[in-house]
Amino acid sequence: MEIVILISFALLSLSMLLIFIRLLMGPTLPDRVVALELLATVIVAITGTYAIFTDRSSFIDVAIVVALTAFLAAIGFARFLERGGPRDD
Amino acid sequence: MMKPGTIILYTAARFLVPLQLLFSVFLLLRGHNEPGGGFIAGLVAAGAFTLYLFTFGSAVTRDLMRVDPRNLIGIGLFIGMLSVFPAVFQGQAFLTAQWWPIMLPGGTEIKLSTPLIFDIGVYLTVVGATMTMIIALTEAEER
Repeated sequence: MEIVILISFALLSLSMLLIFIRLLMGPTLPDRVVALELLATVIVAITGTYAIFTDRSSFIDVAIVVALTAFLAAIGFARFLERGGPRDD
Repeated sequence: MMKPGTIILYTAARFLVPLQLLFSVFLLLRGHNEPGGGFIAGLVAAGAFTLYLFTFGSAVTRDLMRVDPRNLIGIGLFIGMLSVFPAVFQGQAFLTAQWWPIMLPGGTEIKLSTPLIFDIGVYLTVVGATMTMIIALTEAEER
């Protein structure tokens, strides 16, 4: 059990690193927005894994709040992209 | 506003807004000794209203909130101030927590307290302040 959780943490950290590289490189603005959304999803996954790791259920609530906020942020970014406005790709 | 016909957003908002408001009340009432409390609960509730705002526009959101968010700030500060006085009447220092445990029939105990009243005040203030800012920004954008 312990080993599985550690492997999950390692893989999630690796994916976070890859997403961060995409966020920095991202040729266009939509790429960066998608990278940010994915980053939020990975944070939710890490919080969930940490809840199993520490055996405390209160981290689940943190995961819920982060997921809801990320959904809201996705809509906000989509709104911004749809309306146009100044862009610096 | 968003393009008409974004059925995914409409459906998601219809389902998520009540659930998120319920979750915010859960966070508010659980606070103090457990994770939660007025501030984060207020932010979650403001998130729910913002989702509604993004979907249906600012006029409908004002209708949904019933109260002007600016009034909510004042009401919240007033409720927060009310929680100061019970300690003074007991002859203790300002803001000392007072607990009134109540036994419900069935063996459940709820602990009512002045920190709960203060948290409700913080909740209303945070919802009011956040929604005032967001609605003002959206209306400036629509004009």
